Amino acid sequence: MPEYEPWNQERAAAIIAAEAQREGACLPILHAIQHAFGCVPTDAVPMVAKALNLSRAEVHGIVTFYHEFRRTPPGKHVLQLCRAEACQAVGADKVAADVKHRLGVDWHGTTENGAVTLEPVFCLGLCAIGPAALLDGAPLARLDGAKVASALEAAP
Amino acid sequence: MTRVFISKDAASLALGADAVAVALAPHATVVRTGSRGMMWLEPLVEVETAAGRIAYGPVEAADVAGLLAAGMLEGGAHRLRQGPTDAIPYMKRQTRLTFARCGVIDPLTLADYEAHGGLDGLRKAIAAGPAATMDIVLKSGLRGRGGAGFPTGIKWKTTADAEGDRKYIVCNADEGDSGTFADRMLMEGDPFSLIEGMAIAGLSTGATKGYVYTRSEYPHAVATFDAALAVARRAGVLGADVLGSGRSFDIEQRVGAGAYVCGEETALLESLEGRRGQVRAKPPLPAHKGLFGCPTVVNNVITLATVPCILRDGPEAYQAIGMGRSRGTMPLQLAGNVKFGGLFEAGFGLTLGEIVNDIGGGTLSGRPIRAVQVGGPLGAYFPEALFATPFDYEAFAAKDGLIGHGGIVVFDDTVDLAKQARFAMEFCAAESCGKCTPCRIGSTRGMETMDKIIAGTSVEKNTELLRDLCHTLKFGSLCALGGFIPYPVLSALDHFPEDFRP
Repeated sequence: MPEYEPWNQERAAAIIAAEAQREGACLPILHAIQHAFGCVPTDAVPMVAKALNLSRAEVHGIVTFYHEFRRTPPGKHVLQLCRAEACQAVGADKVAADVKHRLGVDWHGTTENGAVTLEPVFCLGLCAIGPAALLDGAPLARLDGAKVASALEAAP
Repeated sequence: MTRVFISKDAASLALGADAVAVALAPHATVVRTGSRGMMWLEPLVEVETAAGRIAYGPVEAADVAGLLAAGMLEGGAHRLRQGPTDAIPYMKRQTRLTFARCGVIDPLTLADYEAHGGLDGLRKAIAAGPAATMDIVLKSGLRGRGGAGFPTGIKWKTTADAEGDRKYIVCNADEGDSGTFADRMLMEGDPFSLIEGMAIAGLSTGATKGYVYTRSEYPHAVATFDAALAVARRAGVLGADVLGSGRSFDIEQRVGAGAYVCGEETALLESLEGRRGQVRAKPPLPAHKGLFGCPTVVNNVITLATVPCILRDGPEAYQAIGMGRSRGTMPLQLAGNVKFGGLFEAGFGLTLGEIVNDIGGGTLSGRPIRAVQVGGPLGAYFPEALFATPFDYEAFAAKDGLIGHGGIVVFDDTVDLAKQARFAMEFCAAESCGKCTPCRIGSTRGMETMDKIIAGTSVEKNTELLRDLCHTLKFGSLCALGGFIPYPVLSALDHFPEDFRP
């Protein structure tokens, strides 16, 4: 489970500078920023725009286009639960309903204690062993509500 | 010590392969491989014996002590013993070309790769020269495995003939279709084959730079492929002088950010250039004006990874497999509610019924199969009445379906096709890039209309409206997302009308 850094403008500038010379640098920069801070903070947007000679609106448009980029840091753990057809065929809808009920959150929500953020995902390529999820990037398979709960309890 | 082989494919990890490897480590030399693709047997442990590799699966860490006591390291009898891996019927019935090494070798050891026929194709391509290489690819009959099925040789030749001081090879590894995992398995299990295929494409077309655009939902594939790129560079497979040819080619991996539409080639190029993944109008074709306005080959992972074995074994061997205009093999991916789920590489022409019943073993739940969605979220739902359809680009198109990237998702008789049709529209609404109106607005209106049908509101009138809307989406959308979303919706409506009645 990664520990995110607090927002730091100098650090952000260094991240941007390290990636800015690449062809089509915007996505690599945004990934690197999110990797460091857990999200793409609002303050980072004009910095990216300046570095790439884009308008703030353009960078805002890019950040909000991609489901992956967050505007606020997630909870301690991120659970990406698959909602796609192959997982639906083995009960993913029921798992999702159960997990939402247990955590008391809807999609994209974070539990009140900040422990878990629940994200929907459309396919993890674990389609023969669904319902599937990634918990902090680690794959989980053949899930039911109880299995998700114990995986969350076991998470460091 | 005896060598045992355990997959580190993401699917195997999800089923506990790491714990099995840890339990076996004090007793044997554990080699981590990709997966053979028999997901119901994962974690699969293969033991190297004088009689070849003997498979045990599915193995849990708790089984290890009992397996060792039963003489597993000598291939001893045990309830989990599956016999020689290659003799397991699921393996034996396959024609493994693209996936020949997947699950067999250590994915990051180049010597292993070469010992199993790796780099022969690239060496042949260097010796033959660009024109002859493209001719071989064309003669093999290889078509794009991403779903569109466009002849690969023609795409390469168009790019080679296009004017431009810079050219690119772009590999589409944005495998977003539900039910598909072939790209992921290959990048985790045999990444050098993709690197070799891209190098062949680069040397043939005059491109010196390749990009692989991998989806962020595949963190393990991203990590393995980056590691493989570093190995390939150190060994001179990539770089300024590819295998001593005097020609330069290098590859960089980029990671997507959760947009399904970036699997569409022009949206992918936009994303690579650092913009919103919005579809471009065609023409110009990417082969003429692609990445950064330069001539660009955009091919799927499986297409590119298949090229080396075509070069190595000759186009005739590949062309001899298949049916009709669908030549060679396709990695079928059996998914969803299926007993023997996994990857099954076979020549085109098996019927859908053979695939889901004989190979897949029917449903995991044991209930009757009611519907099979082929080709991902944009593919049609087929009822049992269409199970005689052979797996072939044209045969599926003739039944208003598509084979797409080879994903086959099985549903049992508890499925509600009206709900699935609604989901198709919801998915399209969530993933539409917003560039064209039919897809952007139509998907949301489609979802609302499906809600009314499910609620039993003016069902006949709303069904008619839904059909009209699908017609607009099919013929008015800029790309396959809006253009193909009518396939799951209308197939559900046509083949399972009872689910749409109040």
